[in-house]
Amino acid sequence: MIEKQRNIIDFTLSSLLRRKGKNSALVIVYTLVVALLASVIFFTHALRTEASLVLQDAPAMIVQKLVAGRFDLIPLAYEEKINNIRGVNAVRGRLWGYYFDPGIGANYTVIVPEAEQPADGTIVVGEGIARNRKISIGDLIPLREQNGETGIFKVTRILSASSSLVSSDLLLMSERDFRLFFNIPRTHATDLVLAVGNPREIGTIAQKIVTALPDTRPVTREEIGRTYDSVFSWRSGILIVILFSAVVSFLIFAWDKASGLSAEEKNEIGILKALGWETSDVLLMKFWEGLAISLSSFLAGLLLAYLHVFVFSSSFFQPVLKGWSVLYPDFTLVPFINASQIATLFFFTVVPYTVATIIPAWRAAIIDPDAVMRA
Amino acid sequence: MIELKNVRKVFNSGKPNEFVALQGASLTIAEQKLTILKGPSGSGKTTLLSILGCMARPTNGRIIFRDREITSLPERFLAEIRRSTFGFIFQQFNLIKGITALENVMLPAYPGGEKRLMLEQRAMALLKAYNLGAKALSKIEWLSGGEAQRVAIARAMINNPTIIIADEPTAHLDSRLSREFMEAMLHLKNDGRTILIASHDPLVYDSDSVDRVIEMRDGAIIAPGAAS
Amino acid sequence: MILHPPVLALIIGSLLTCFLLAYASYYGFFILRKWDLASGSDVQLDFERKTYLISTLVTYAFAFQLLSLFLFVYTADDLCHLFVGAMCAAGTLHVNPYGYPTLLLKIINFMLAGVWLILNHVDNSAYDYPLIKKKYLILLLITPSMMAETVLQIWYFLNLIPDIITSCCGTLFSAEPRETGSAISLIPGLPLRIPFFIAMGLTLVMGVSVYRGRGKGSYFFSLMAGVTFILSIMALISVFSLYFYELPSHHCPFCLLQREYDFAGYPLYLTLFTGAVTGISAGVIAPFSKIKSLTTIVPAAQQRLALVSLICYSIFTALVIVKMMISNLTLR
Repeated sequence: MIEKQRNIIDFTLSSLLRRKGKNSALVIVYTLVVALLASVIFFTHALRTEASLVLQDAPAMIVQKLVAGRFDLIPLAYEEKINNIRGVNAVRGRLWGYYFDPGIGANYTVIVPEAEQPADGTIVVGEGIARNRKISIGDLIPLREQNGETGIFKVTRILSASSSLVSSDLLLMSERDFRLFFNIPRTHATDLVLAVGNPREIGTIAQKIVTALPDTRPVTREEIGRTYDSVFSWRSGILIVILFSAVVSFLIFAWDKASGLSAEEKNEIGILKALGWETSDVLLMKFWEGLAISLSSFLAGLLLAYLHVFVFSSSFFQPVLKGWSVLYPDFTLVPFINASQIATLFFFTVVPYTVATIIPAWRAAIIDPDAVMRA
Repeated sequence: MIELKNVRKVFNSGKPNEFVALQGASLTIAEQKLTILKGPSGSGKTTLLSILGCMARPTNGRIIFRDREITSLPERFLAEIRRSTFGFIFQQFNLIKGITALENVMLPAYPGGEKRLMLEQRAMALLKAYNLGAKALSKIEWLSGGEAQRVAIARAMINNPTIIIADEPTAHLDSRLSREFMEAMLHLKNDGRTILIASHDPLVYDSDSVDRVIEMRDGAIIAPGAAS
Repeated sequence: MILHPPVLALIIGSLLTCFLLAYASYYGFFILRKWDLASGSDVQLDFERKTYLISTLVTYAFAFQLLSLFLFVYTADDLCHLFVGAMCAAGTLHVNPYGYPTLLLKIINFMLAGVWLILNHVDNSAYDYPLIKKKYLILLLITPSMMAETVLQIWYFLNLIPDIITSCCGTLFSAEPRETGSAISLIPGLPLRIPFFIAMGLTLVMGVSVYRGRGKGSYFFSLMAGVTFILSIMALISVFSLYFYELPSHHCPFCLLQREYDFAGYPLYLTLFTGAVTGISAGVIAPFSKIKSLTTIVPAAQQRLALVSLICYSIFTALVIVKMMISNLTLR
């Protein structure tokens, strides 16, 4: 049985090599299709994993105040009520917001960090801001304050590029500066962050918060994670649906190639049948042919996608998948590949290709044994 | 012994280009003899040959091969019989281009699942027997007409068949090669094999090695011939 | 609806498999009505050629079905964090009423396809296609089942709505943890261990009898193979999984497929499925040994099937016993 397969595989490979021209076109297109889809999947998965890793350091719960369904500043007085809830270890107000820089048309995320606040009058900027505004350490930057005046801030540090996926557009300043800058009273904060003792109690704690403070909305880290996940998945799903038209064209091409047997190929199969090869033997040959083509294209496509996404930072897709950000970070993603992605790609490419070529393969295999005699 | 009873073969039945290739042929072929099917093109001899060689199923009629009815055997069983019992030589040799003579000779044996090494040895021995040892690894395109003919015969022999079938084997050969071919066939017949040749070449059907000539015309046997 | 790539892949895979089977059934229907082996007409020859196509189509459908079975569970597992309270695939499958039925149908269709392929192989080994009509009749029954599964799967995914942030209070109020097939895990540990070993023992003994007796007792063997399959899964959930997880309360049948448990689920389930399909087939082909062209073929096939089934079930039992012995958990 195995010997038979070996012999047939031998013949199949030699057949493929004999018709390099026709087969290389197919393999190239196949590889590109796999590479395209694989790039999307690798990219989103890596981003998603990266985001969820980053999220692990996020606070377990955030409490925001809503006014008429819109986000508003939260009174620090609420801290006491929340602190009284059993299970809450700590509450603190968090200050952050957005600053629009008309100079380059970008939004910065301004944050007052919990630890190591910059000194008054100084700021720390992310790598993306530094790059776009050509800032170096020691530079004095003018920023337009809430009240219309312009404040001058000295840049004391630039955040490292390795963290740029999350910090690219960050601007850190001191609490005093922040409150003056955005005109936020000492009694309020942007939102409250909580540390809880037992993660299982988050649900209960959240319920109690909403009961005690009905104008607030608690958001848990898990919820944020789920939302990120859905958005990434949705985006990659949409891209794949769109790219599917590429796959369909490829399938039509593959079917055409498989059906369009040259007279020489038909003759060859006729000879094999006449010599005593059975239909299932020829089908086996076609199966190995399909496998050889699929396997080499699939692997080549995966390799190409890997290089594209993890070595060359997938310049292709970034705008769609990352959003409208102007401050685009330079970074290289950490490869996160698992069996599920490979299986998914398999179903998107190899399975449809196989289905598209079953019938042409069968049509070739049923050539009558006496066809060469009749010709 | 191969027995045909009222075998009829129709192509494209029901369609406008329906064609009756064989009209109710009845025949018994004795083994270990050299039999010729003689007739012009369109006489049905190729069709008859292909049915005798288990390459096609008759539309009507019955075939009994060595006391076993094979009329309705599924293709895989016919192929099995064909591979183990028959060896074929075609009009244009029909060797596969782009591969070596050795590989061509081994091809009919692939489905049998034999160990490759043994198969190679057997194929090599056959090629040597036909003086083609030096050309075993040459691609077919580089062989002369005579050499290709011998490769075709070697290929037909790879599964050690008891029956050799040849369809117009001398159509593209000169007289010398045609005579060499008939000599090779005589040699095989003396080995105890059955030879069936379809031909309208006088060099073939007038040869001394021939035991019986069956004449055909328009899909029917007009002279069943007898052992001469 | 979640546009997660694996979900799309599963749907595409299902649709393609359905298409393959529908195509096969279309021709199978004609073959059922007009097959006549004795005839040498063009129509009959065409039918015979078509049988190759149908075999090929069902073979591929079977292979895709197996792959999609594992991908389905994997994906359900992957998606679990999108749903409050879902810890693994078990939770995801419970999000709407279509999850578990889809999984069940997937398993059933996989088995049906496997049995059909074995039937097909036996039929092709005989010189007169003795089972051709029965074969295609069964195919005409498998196809609607496959379509039902595809529809269910699509409906399941369409109704999977993740618990993401909404504009009011989040979804914390619907935070009741979803039941994880708790009805099954209510089966207490001890009573299943003994039935499992009895059933498995009987199956192995009957299997040896079929193997050595060239088909004797195959009906009972086949029945036991099926019963053992069901019992094994139940026992896996209620007893054996505990040893793999080393936790007296973790009954989930899906977590076994994860890396942290050394992918133990794969050999367990693969051997179980294979053992079941081959074992059941041994009984399915038994009535055909009376057919003239199959008198030697069927017993030989039954022998081979019984052997494969025995090997698979033995491996499964060995894996389970070894784990029970070396596990850090002791249940008394």
